[in-house]
Formats: sequence, structure tokens, C-alpha cells
Amino acid sequence: MTDERKPGEIVRYDSGTRINHWIVAICFVLLALSGMALFHPALFWLTNLFGGGPWTRILHPFVGIVWAVAFLLLAAKLWRDNLLQARDRQWLRQIGDVIDDREDRLPEVGRYNAGQKLLFWLIVLCLAGLVVTGLGMWRAYFTLPVGLVRLASVVHAVCALVLVCAIIVHVYAAIWVKGSVRAMTRGTVSYGWAWKHHRAWFRDVIGGQRK
Amino acid sequence: MTNHWVDIKNADLVLIMGGNAAEAHPCGFKWVTEAKAHNKAKLIVVDPRFTRSASVADVYAPIRTGTDIVFLGGLINYLLANDRIQRDYVVNYTDLSFIVKDEFAFADGLYSGYDADKRSYDKSSWDYARGDDGYVRTDPTLGDPRCVYNLLKEHYARYTPEMVERVCGTPKDKVLQIWDMIASTATPDRAMTIMYALGWTQHSIGSQMIRTGAMVQLLLGNIGVAGGGMNALRGHSNIQGLTDLGLMSNLLTGYMTLPDEKEQDFEGYIGARAQKPLRPNQLSYWQNYRKFFVSFMKSWWGDAATAENHWAYDYLPKLDKPYDMLQAYELMNQGRMNGYICQGFNPLAAAPNKAKLGASFSKLKYLVIMDPLATETSEFWKNHGALNDVDSSAIQTEVFRLPTTCFAEENGSLTNSSRWLQWHWKGAEPPGEARSDLEIMAGLFLRLRERYRKDGGAFPDPVVDLTWQYAQPHSPAPEELAREYSGSALKDLPDPKDPAKIVRKAGEQLAGFAELRDDGSTASGCWIFCGAWGPTGNLMARRDNADPTGIGQTVNWAWAWPANRRVLYNRASCDPHGKPWNPGRKLIGWNGSAWVGADIPDFKADENPDNGMGPFIMNPEGVARFFARGNMAEGPFPEHYEPFETPLATNPLSPNQPQALNNPAARVFAGDREAFGKADEFPHVATTYRLTEHFHYWTKHVRLNAIVQPEQFVEIGAALADELGIGNGSRVRVSSKRGHIEAVAMVTKRIKPLTIEGRTVHQVGVPIHWGFLGVAKPGYLANTLTPFVGDGNTQTPEFKSFLVKVERV
Amino acid sequence: MALQSLDIVRRSATTLPEPQARGAHTGQVAKLIDVTKCIGCKACQVACMEWNDLRDEVGTCTGHYDNPADLSDQSWTLMRFAEYENPDSGNLEWLIRKDGCMHCADPGCLKACPSPGAIVQYANGIVDFHEENCIGCGYCITGCPFNIPRISKKDSKAYKCTLCSDRVGVGLEPACVKTCPTGAIVFGTKDDMRQHAAERIDDLKSRGFDKAGLYDPAGVGGTHVMYVLHHADQPSLYSGLPKEPTISPAVRLWKGIAKPLGLFAMAATAAVGFLHYLRKGPSETDERDEEAARRELEKTS
Repeated sequence: MTDERKPGEIVRYDSGTRINHWIVAICFVLLALSGMALFHPALFWLTNLFGGGPWTRILHPFVGIVWAVAFLLLAAKLWRDNLLQARDRQWLRQIGDVIDDREDRLPEVGRYNAGQKLLFWLIVLCLAGLVVTGLGMWRAYFTLPVGLVRLASVVHAVCALVLVCAIIVHVYAAIWVKGSVRAMTRGTVSYGWAWKHHRAWFRDVIGGQRK
Repeated sequence: MTNHWVDIKNADLVLIMGGNAAEAHPCGFKWVTEAKAHNKAKLIVVDPRFTRSASVADVYAPIRTGTDIVFLGGLINYLLANDRIQRDYVVNYTDLSFIVKDEFAFADGLYSGYDADKRSYDKSSWDYARGDDGYVRTDPTLGDPRCVYNLLKEHYARYTPEMVERVCGTPKDKVLQIWDMIASTATPDRAMTIMYALGWTQHSIGSQMIRTGAMVQLLLGNIGVAGGGMNALRGHSNIQGLTDLGLMSNLLTGYMTLPDEKEQDFEGYIGARAQKPLRPNQLSYWQNYRKFFVSFMKSWWGDAATAENHWAYDYLPKLDKPYDMLQAYELMNQGRMNGYICQGFNPLAAAPNKAKLGASFSKLKYLVIMDPLATETSEFWKNHGALNDVDSSAIQTEVFRLPTTCFAEENGSLTNSSRWLQWHWKGAEPPGEARSDLEIMAGLFLRLRERYRKDGGAFPDPVVDLTWQYAQPHSPAPEELAREYSGSALKDLPDPKDPAKIVRKAGEQLAGFAELRDDGSTASGCWIFCGAWGPTGNLMARRDNADPTGIGQTVNWAWAWPANRRVLYNRASCDPHGKPWNPGRKLIGWNGSAWVGADIPDFKADENPDNGMGPFIMNPEGVARFFARGNMAEGPFPEHYEPFETPLATNPLSPNQPQALNNPAARVFAGDREAFGKADEFPHVATTYRLTEHFHYWTKHVRLNAIVQPEQFVEIGAALADELGIGNGSRVRVSSKRGHIEAVAMVTKRIKPLTIEGRTVHQVGVPIHWGFLGVAKPGYLANTLTPFVGDGNTQTPEFKSFLVKVERV
Repeated sequence: MALQSLDIVRRSATTLPEPQARGAHTGQVAKLIDVTKCIGCKACQVACMEWNDLRDEVGTCTGHYDNPADLSDQSWTLMRFAEYENPDSGNLEWLIRKDGCMHCADPGCLKACPSPGAIVQYANGIVDFHEENCIGCGYCITGCPFNIPRISKKDSKAYKCTLCSDRVGVGLEPACVKTCPTGAIVFGTKDDMRQHAAERIDDLKSRGFDKAGLYDPAGVGGTHVMYVLHHADQPSLYSGLPKEPTISPAVRLWKGIAKPLGLFAMAATAAVGFLHYLRKGPSETDERDEEAARRELEKTS
């Protein structure tokens, strides 16, 4: 772990986590594009990004495996911080204030707010669903009873859909909350950012520094 | 076939017994489906197994293999006892009213005249009684106890439905249901066809099984009529042509026979065959034998055959015994035949008892194989592991393999089961060094002739004088041979009624065997083919399928022997006055001055029916025979004998006569009887057969056939499989006294255990087709299991009934 | 099969209808397989292999007459043999069915296929695979209610019976029909085939098969390969012929409403975010937040 902290900044993600995240992110984009190409005829042209239909069909599951492994590594690191706590419930009750950008009314947030945590677990859930059903649909290597494959196909599509929507929210949140993207690019956030959005975490961090 | 393939569509009832037409003749079987679909015909299948034919049958009944005479004999009894016969037909067209000699007798399964040491009969008592006029005595009232009708009735009285159930294992209710259906065709407006094949021929009593079927058909008035007949389904595309052309060791062409060694006298030879009528005003067409024979001899030896040398009669071999294939392999085994030319034949697989065959071939000096394929016979000397476990170093036989053309690589005619000679044209050039059989045989002949010309020898004349007038002597053309078989005038032929008129000029092709003469002025290589290549050209090449009457009589399609006649005995399709029994399916009829109709009359064309000439003109009786006289080895009436390997200790029909257990007149060579198994050691009854997907041992060389039926299997009933703990798809060993095979077990509900004489008998099905060469999975030759014994008349091997033991591997 | 001059009325993975102005006014085609006339000779299998230049492996005997053991990229049709002991008559029946593509009017394979033009339906009713467009995903297998398409191990393309569209396109009958020795397979317009079937069914009923009937399942809009069955009430006796085949509800959901709904949901999510941004603008950290953070930092240190 390298400490790249500059004055006035707090380290939020070390470089390993950042690299891991972007592997996951790039894989996800590839999966979403290739998946949607095969999901809806209107998007079949996206297969051209991958070298045509057969290549799209060949690559998608392999990318999926890379994605799943990378995500699991990421999750292994982050899952503890994503355990739901009592205060998260209050936060969720006040989701209107979240959307309304009235953060001052919300309870203090730790390293992750309840929305982020839910997103995390949603991704875990979708990932599990996608991997299991994806293997079932992977005819090059697996042959399942056709009834299961049919079910798998629907579940795969639903999981993918939920995931894509969730990731849109995730990305939007990162764009909306200025200063967030830096956490995943440079690894650090400002004190003010931490104080404003993750005050409990901010206090943990500065408490730790004092010691 | 008495009738022809297309005619089957006219049947009201189809009986498939002793065959599996759907399996082995799928293309011809279309006419059964036609009869069912468009003639409301019913299909009955009687077979040891529920076959592909049975899968589309209205009624199926199981039967123990080899017991068909009991089933059919019971049917004869049923028809007679219930008077369900076509009475006008049988009284007028058969020998039922003929009176039999008093000396003739039958007791305990044996006929009068049996010589147990020679295993043959003195047949002198097997004849009709003659009157003072020299003709056979008859009793048209059928009252005389010695008339054929009463003897027949008495003979089959023992064949009760209960006996059928006991011996055949067929449930009695099925038996009676089938008999009732069959009896329904005794009326003039209904016809039944019988389709049979190797399931009847390949028994030690095969010929008699067929006879029994024919007798049933006669009682029902189903012979000679459209939709009726006895229809032998020939297995090979040209096996009918083979017998027509006399390729049996005892035959000349056209079913003329070779003389035996007692027949050194030409006139005696002719006289025995050109029989005088046994009843007044009968045609007895074989009286023309001399014309056919002389024309044949002129065809073979031309100018060397003269009236003075009895048309070269001395050139013909005189047989001391039959030289059928079993005899040949027996002689090889004894070391008395030491060279063999094997043309289009794979005897290591196709004759019985592979072990004996291999031993026999090993004693040959040379073996010549003429075949388009690498046959097992050509590699009998080569070790193929368990499939052909021989010590090559101990075999000195020199084997020559001569690759021949395949049928599609040459012109020629094929004679199908319908007796149609159909010309075909070469479709491809032969590969590599392959030559036609004609070229190979011509090459062999020319070299032999050269040696005889040069070196002389004891009797070179038959070889040196043989006619060989082909444009290319080393390669006779099929067209030349076809013309030769058909026949031509050697001199200008004057009209017998007006000698000034010439009916055929010298060299002209003849229109038919009626033009043959016994003075040496005509030549015909095969009298029944005479006219196939007539004055107007090659009639075999005709392809006009017009069917003006709608009953399938396409008389301008190819050419049928004899005389382009499509239904044999068709005179019997009319009542004694010449009116069709069934006007809806009229073949021919008497119009007051001539016989005319949709077929060529099998009768004297201008004979007024009221003169009483019988419809079976080839018989000196003029009528059909129930009483076979001396024509069969076993006796005048078919009698049931058990297969040589039987699960029974005694013949249930003659339990007190051990000599009547198996066919008492069948030939068994010394040594072969010891190789017959007994039921205590080999408790299961086996039968061999063919599958649709393959043709004999040829198509295992063909990838397409191998794909659809790749690997050897045996069919085992579910009950036996349970008893022996055999799972479907597992491997089993099937052994007989002569050897064993191993194959995949196909466990099926289609073979049911039968109750025979109170005991459960399991039957096992052994398809042939596999061997140690080809692209299909290698397998054992099925004839490893089969016994070396044949039918008492034809010596056709008993491939259909033998004993085995089935075990798990 | 290759492209040919047959009018395509439906293509897989397309969103707009194909040109349809020309219709099959002379009637759509159908192949009628009369199971009750079939003797299981497999001539149709061989003819199919010959015409289409297919050669499957020389397999093994598995204790059945079914060979090859299953459909494959090399075996587009297959006889399936079933032994059935009829409890009503007490008779054994050997039910032999020629398996292969049914050419559904509403083909599940076409519905499921994600690749434009890999599966087409012609105006005459034939459903055909154009392997040059196939991406090998196997969705057609998932979509098929009859378990017909097979992915080739050689080229990862899906194959099945074409109903000899190349022959039919030039006015010939399919190869299996041409070769069938008993006339169990016939070919013509669907109307004619229904009529022929009706005659056959009458005949079967007269022979005691009261439940004889035509198999032309409505659940897939009818098929262009139809069966005459002795036991039309129990098609599953014939080696598992489905009784009421339909495109699976899962496949209908997946390839039906899920497609537009999915796109809409994704677009909607993005749109909501965009609108939110327009209304609320970015949530920024300003100097006051930094100041507050600093104060707190100082307080604790």
C-alpha cells in the first residue's frame, strides 16, 4: 500500500483497489455492450466493436469470467465496509433528502452510505446470478437441460438489466457528487469531501491519524 | 413370384410369413402399403420376432422358428374341416379328385418307402393310380377314400389348433383369428397374397414350408388371380436371374436339369422330362422340352451340336450327386476339391459353420476371388484377432483377388422377383484395374481353350467347340449375351402351316419360345428368356408404365419371363368356362374365340375352355398338385419335422418315431451331426436375419450404411435378459456347438418367450451383416453359429433355426 | 443453406417486417409423415445425408435401432423407435417416428436467435438456417420446443433440416420424400397434406385406431412438417413428441417484452439521472465544507 496523500487530502482507495475497480469497470462495459448486442436486435451492430457476431459470442463469457474474478477480489476488500448498520436505515428513510441534495439533514455516513452499500450487495447478487446462469448458457462448454437454459436465459437478462441500471446510478452518482471520481482515479478525496459526504468515516480517519 | 410386385396392391389380405418384407424389401413393400391404403387390405405377419413388417401389420402373431408347417398344416385342416375352400376352383383346378396308389402310406411321420440308412425314400408308391386308359383315375365327387382330398384331410387332421399352440407357441386365439381372416379369401371376390423369403427357404424343411403355403393358396383359389399368388421375395437384385440362367449345380438354363449319371441315353433323358399328359386333353407343356433343349445345345455348341451326336448330349456332365455349396465345402474339407473360383460370393460369411469353412478353404491349393470388395473369404487366412483367429503360417492356400466391376459399372439386365428382366445402363466407369466378370471369365476361357487346342487331353471337345462368336472374344458385350440367351433362327424358318412362307430369316432374333424347334434350326441360350431381345429389339429396355386397366399390368415395362407374362397360371383367374372369378380384377378371359385381357394368357391362346384343358399347363396333370408325387424328397404332403437343432426331444406330431424328429430325407455329412448342439447345453433358440440398413456383407463397406447401423448386436427378449441379468446395450456372448460370437445386447419387448410343450422357450435374434472387414464396427461373422445342414431338396442351409446359449460377458 | 431466390417473410433479430407484398398464394408447403405407414427403413436418413453432403460418425449400437443415437450437425433427421404395449388392445406396437425440424409457423428458434438473418422463414413456410449469419450462441436450441437444432463441433454453427429449401425452391420435393419407399412421407401444399391426412385417419379409424389424428400443433401456429399418428391423443408415446408444444414462456418473456422493457429501463435510468442533474446540479464540496473539516481536524488534534 502506498500512501499518496498530499496535504489536505485523505486516501480513499489505494492503487491496487483502483486498478481492480477499473478492470471491473472496463469488463463491465464490454459485457454490457456485447450483452446488449445479443439482447436486442436494434443493438446487434454493437457486435462490430468486438469483431462481429461470432467473436462477440466467443468473447462475452471469457470477459465475464475476468469480470467476476476481478469483482470478487474487489469485494473481498470492501465487503466489511458495506455491511449494513442501524444508521443506514435512517438514511434510507430519508431518501427524499438524498435526492434533494439535502445532505445536512441526513444522519452521518461512514465510509459508504446506505445507497452505496445496497448497490454493492446488488452487484454481488447480480454477479452471482449472471455467473451461474451465464455458465449454463455457455454452450461451448456446458450442456444443461433445455428448461434450465431457458430459465437461465431469462434470469441472465434480468440480472444484467438490473445491473446495468444500477451501474448507471453508480456512475451518475459519481458524476453528480463532485470530487468522487478523483477517489477512483487519484485515490484521494479532500477533507471537505469526506467531511461532507462521509463524516463518520472522516472522523474515523482523522481519529486514526491522531493516534 | 407367381405374381409381381405391383400386383400386391390388388390383394385384399397380405400374409407375410417366412419373410420380413418391410425389412428386407422396403421398396417392394410399398405395394403392401398401397393395398392397405387403397384396397382396404389387411396385413398379417407371423414371425418369431415382432418385425418392421409387424410394426405396420393389422395382426401379428409370434411363432417358434421352424414350425411353419404346423401353423399352415393346421390352417389346411381348418379350411377343410370348416369347408372354407373355393370349391369350384379346387375341384376343377387341382388334383383333389385324383386317386392315389394303394401302396402309398404314411405312418408315424414317415412315408412309405423309407430307407433309414440312405436317408432317402423309394418313391415308387408316391403316385396316382392309373386307369385302363393309362390316365390317372379320378373321383370328381371326392368320395373315394384314396382320393387326394381325403388323404389330405386325413393327413392334416392331426394339425389341430391345440397342436399349433403346443408346437408353434402361437396363442390359440391369435391362431384362430388369423385363420378366420385367411379363410375369408376363399370367395372368388377376395384374394390373399403370401409374401415369403429366406424365413421359409432357410430351413431343413424349407421347400415343404413353401409347398404348404402354396397348398393353402390353392384351397382358397388364390393362385393365378390378381392380388394372389405365392410370392418369393428374392434377396439379391438378380438372384432370380441366377436361378433362371441355371447357375445351380444341377440345372441348365430355364429350369431344365442336368442329366444324372444313369441318364447316358439322350432319348431317355428327354423322355423323362417331356412328360405325356396324365389326363385327357391336357397340354403338358414340358412336352416341348426337346425344342428348348436342342435350341440350348445349339446356342452353346453351334455347328458341333448335330442330330447325329444328339446335339452334343455327351458334352454335358452327368451328375453322380448334387454339387451344391454344402457338398463343395464338404469335398474341400475332405481334401477332394482343391481349387475354388469364388465369383461374387463371400462363402466364409454366407455358408454355414464358419469354422468348417475356414478349415475347408485352408485345404485348397488355390482360391480365386472375383469381387468388387475385399471379402472376408479373401482374407480367411489372415488373423483378425478374436474375429478370425487363425494361424496364417499354417495355411498354404494361394489366394488371388480379382477386382470386378459393380452392377452400376456395366450394362446388363437384372431379373427381379417379379421375373422382370430390366435392362440397365452403366452409370460409372469401374475404378482402377477392375474388370467385368465377363472379361475375367472370357480371359480364363480363352486360355483354357488354347491349352486344350494345343495339348488335347482326354476330352477337349466341349471346351474347344464351345460357341464364342463375340466381336471382342476377350470381352463379350452384355448385349451380345442377351441376344444369345434370347435366341435366333439359325436357318430360314418356314411356317409349319405353309412351308412356302418364311416366318424368320436366318440370323433373325426370335419372338418367343413358341418359335423354338427341335431340328437344330433355332438357338436359344435360355428358353424362358426367348423373346426378351426379339425381332423388334431389346424389350427389357422398355420403360412404358402405362397401366390401362388400373390393376398394375404394365406389360410394356421391361419384359417378364415367360413370354412377357406377368401373372403365372392366370388361366386359373377364370372359372371353368373362361369368365373371370372376379370381374373387377380381370387378368384374362375367354371371348368366344380367344383368351384376351390385361395379361398374356398362361394357356393355349385359342383353346376353348369347354374342352376341359386345365390351367396348370406345365404339369402333366393339367391341374395343380396337392400330392407332390415324387417331386419332393420328404414326401408328397408336407409334414412337420423339427429343425436339426431343436429344443424338443421328440417331434410332437410323431412322438414315437425318433427318425421323424428331423427331416428324415435331409443330407447330413459325417461329422456334422456331432457338431449339432442339444437343448440341455444350448437352451435358447436362435435365428439369423437381415436388417434394412444393410445388404449382406457388402454395405458394411459403405459409410452411409455403417452410419445408420454401425455395430453388431443380437436381439434378446426382455424376459430372457431379466433371467440372465443382461442389460440393454451391454455385451453378450452367444455360443453354439460350433463357436461363439460377442455382440451388443438389444433387449426388446419384440421377442416374447413362447410356451412350447409346456416349457418356456426363448428365441434370440442374430442379425448377419458384420464381419472383420469394412468401415462399420468390426464384428463376428454370424455363421460362426449356424449348423452345416440344408433343406432336403435345395440344400439351402438351415440358417433360421438352431440352438445357442446366451451369456453375459 | 445458402441464399436462394425464396421469398423471406421473417428474419431473425430484426425489428421491422420483411418485404411481404408477394405472398404464397398457391399455398404454403408441408411435409406429411405418416407414422403409421413408416417401416423405419432409414432411407430418408441416407437420402438426407446424400443430398446435403453430410456424413456422421460411424457410431456404436446402444441397444436401440436409433442410429446415429441423436440428431447432430451431420444428422438432420433420425428415426426414433419406441416399443409400446397398448394396454387397451394388449398388443405390442413399435412406434417409429422420423424426427427432425417441424418448421413451425411460429418458430421458437427464429424468435430466440440474436443474429439478424441467421434464421429465416420463407413465404412457403420453410424455416431455414443461414449458417453464414450464425454466431453459434445456441439460442435457437433454447427457443426450439422440439429439441432440434444442433451446434456443430466443427464450426460452431447451428444446423438442422432445411426441408430441402434448395430443392423446394426449384420445384422438387425434399430428398427424404423422394426416397421414401412406402410413401409414408409425402409433400405438397399444406391444404393438400391435411386432406391426405384426413383420408389416412379415416383408414386408421376403420382399423381400430379411434384416436388416430393429425399432429399439427396449434401452440406453435401449426407446423410445416406434420405427422399422422395412431395415437394422436398421446404424442409422447412417439419417443417424446411433445403434446402441446409452445415456445417456452421463459423464451417468450426473454425475447418478447423483456427486450423493449429492458431498453426502456436503462434509458429511463439514464434519463432520470440526467434530469436530476439538470434540476439539482452537481453536489459540490465548497470552501465551507473544507473549513468545517479543518476546524474539526484542529479540534481533535
